[in-house]
Amino acid sequence: MSRLYVAAVGDVSQANLALALECVEQEFQLPVVGLPAIAEPPGAFDERRAQYRAVDFLLAVVRSSPGDGKVVALTERDIFIPMLTFLFGQAQLGGVAALVSAARLRQEFYGLPADAAVFRRRLRTEVLHEGGHAFGLIHCPDRSCAMSLATSIQQLDLKQDAFCAGCRRALAERIREFRGNEI
Amino acid sequence: MKTLWNILVVDDEEAMCESMAAWLREDGYKVDTAFSGRQAVELAREKSYAICFMDLKMPGGMDGIETMMELRRLNPDTAVIIITAYATVDTAIAAMKEGAQEYMVKPCNPEEISLLVERIIKVKRLQRENELLRKRLLRQYEFRDIITKNARMQDILALTKEIASLRSTVLIRGESGTGKELIARAIHFSGDRASRPFVSVSCAALAETLLESELFGYEKGAFTGAAAQTKGKFELANGGTLFLDEIGDISPKLQGDLLRVLQERRFYRVGGSEEVPVDVRVVAATHRDLREAVRQGHFREDLYYRLNVIEIFLPPLRERREDIPLLTEHLIERIGNEVGKDITGVTDGAMRILMDHHWPGNVRELENAIERAIVTCRGSILTEDDFAFLAESVRARSQWVLPPNMTLQELEKQAIVATLDRTQGNIKEAAAVLGIDRSTLYEKIKKYEIPR
Ligand SMILES: [Zn+2]
Ligand SMILES: [Zn+2]
Repeated sequence: MSRLYVAAVGDVSQANLALALECVEQEFQLPVVGLPAIAEPPGAFDERRAQYRAVDFLLAVVRSSPGDGKVVALTERDIFIPMLTFLFGQAQLGGVAALVSAARLRQEFYGLPADAAVFRRRLRTEVLHEGGHAFGLIHCPDRSCAMSLATSIQQLDLKQDAFCAGCRRALAERIREFRGNEI
Repeated sequence: MKTLWNILVVDDEEAMCESMAAWLREDGYKVDTAFSGRQAVELAREKSYAICFMDLKMPGGMDGIETMMELRRLNPDTAVIIITAYATVDTAIAAMKEGAQEYMVKPCNPEEISLLVERIIKVKRLQRENELLRKRLLRQYEFRDIITKNARMQDILALTKEIASLRSTVLIRGESGTGKELIARAIHFSGDRASRPFVSVSCAALAETLLESELFGYEKGAFTGAAAQTKGKFELANGGTLFLDEIGDISPKLQGDLLRVLQERRFYRVGGSEEVPVDVRVVAATHRDLREAVRQGHFREDLYYRLNVIEIFLPPLRERREDIPLLTEHLIERIGNEVGKDITGVTDGAMRILMDHHWPGNVRELENAIERAIVTCRGSILTEDDFAFLAESVRARSQWVLPPNMTLQELEKQAIVATLDRTQGNIKEAAAVLGIDRSTLYEKIKKYEIPR
C-alpha cells in the first residue's frame, strides 16, 4: 500500500488536522489516513531562542511513521534550524517526513486581528509545499505556486493554495513512481 | 538549472550543517557538508563549489579563516560566506580581508540568505555564460576553414602563430575569396589580444567621408545628423585588432589620416579637437598589387611601408589544388550540418570537376559551389550532376567568342548580367564567381542600372 498519513506533533486542534487531511487527499490523489498524535520530542526546546528544533521534530515524525508511506505532520510550535531565525516548515526532500508549523501562520502572530480564512489558506499552502518536498519537488520560480520559496509571511501570501501546472505535472510523475514502488 | 551549482556547508555542529544543507537542497542546489576545515579542503579538491558557508570557530587544526584561504587557493571563484555565532568586529574584518564575500551572524533571516545566494548565483551564471560565449567564438574563428596540406599555406599558418602576439602591422595580399579575413582572425584569436575586440571594416564599401567617420568616429554636431558623439572602429577595437579590408581602395586623404594613427597611436574624431589615444593592432588586406599602386602614385609609399611590416601573400586556390579534396570534405561536413543534410562525400567524377575548375573566386567560390550542390542534391553523395553548373560555366568559357564592336564596360555589364542570371540573383555567389567584392558588385549593378 502506498499511503499518505497526516499526524499531529503535540497539541493540534481536530479542525486543523482535518483541514490538512482534506487538502492532502484532494491534491495528492492518494488514500490518506490520520495517525495518532506524536509526542513532542523531549529536549527539542531551545531555552535561549525560545523555539523548537525542527530537526528533532522531523526525526520524531520519521520514527513514528508506519513505514509504508509518507507522513505530513502539523505542529503549533515555532520551529527553527540553527542557521535561520525561523521556518514555516521543513521536509526530507524525497523522503518520508514533512512538517508544517502553524505558529507563524496566524494574523495574531503579527499583531493583527485574527482571520480564520487567511489562516486556513496559509495552512493549506504550506501543507502542499512541504508535502511536495516529501515527493522530491524543489522550489518553483512561479511566485504564485505553492512550491515557491516563501521566506516571509508577505511572500507566503503571494502564493496560492495550489500547484502551478508545471509542478502539478512533476508531482503526478512522482506520485506514479511512488505507487509503482509499493506494488 | 540550479542543480549545476554546488554549495558546501562547513560547520563542526552536524545538526547545523545538515539542516542548512536540507534547506538549500529544497531550493534545488547540490549541497555537500563538511564537519571540519580539513574535510572541507578535501572536498574542494574534488569539486568546485560556487558558494561555501563556513562557521568561523571550528576545532580540528584549521580555523575558519585558514580553511577559507585554502579553499580560495583551490578555487578562487568560490564565494565564501562566513557564519559566526557572535559578531566580533576583528574576525569580521579579518575574514573580509582574506576574501570572504559576506559575513553573517547566525541565526540569519531566511530572506537575507535566500537573496544572498540568489545574487551570487546570478553573477556566476552570467560569468559562465560569457565564458561559454567567448570559448565558442574562439573555436569558431581559430583556424576554422583554414585547412591545408599545401607547403606555402602551412608556412603562412606557422608565421601567423609566430606573429600573433606582436603588435606590428600585417598586410595580407591575395585574390578575393582566398580567406584574408580568416587569416586576420586567426592572428587575432591566437595572440594575447584574443579576449579583446576584433573589428572588421571593408574600406571599399563606403564613400570617403563615411569611411572617415566610420573609422575615427565623430563628435556631436560634426555634420548634419551627428546627434551624439559616436565611437569609430579604431576606438571600438581598442586593445584588440582592427582589420581593414580592401585597404588599396582608400582615398589619399584617408591614407594620410591612417598613416598618422599608425605612427602616433592617437587621432581626432571627425569634428573633434581632442586627441584620442588608442592601442590597436592593424591587419590590412587587399587584392591589389600595392607596390604597383605606389609606383603609379595611387598609394602613399610611407603608408605602404608602415602597413607592410609583415607581409602575407595568400595563394589562389588553383595554386594549391592538393587542398581541394580536404577542403571539400570539410565544407561538406560543415555545410551539411548547417543545412541539415547528411552528405557523405562526392563521387570521383564530381571530384574531377572540382579539381579541374579554375576557381576565380577561390575558397569562397568552392564554398558556394558546395553549398549550392548540397542544397539541390537528392542523394547522400554529391555527383557530377550536382556540380553541372560548374562544368557549364567552363564550357561556356571555352566556347565563348568575343562579340564585335563591344566596349570594355559593355562587356563587364554583360558578364554581371549573365552571372547574376546563373546564380539566380544571389549576390554573394555572383560576387565570388566574378572575383569581386559584394560591395563592388552592388556599385556596378547600380552603375550599369542592371535590373534585379
Ligand atoms: Zn520549501
Ligand atoms: Zn510551481
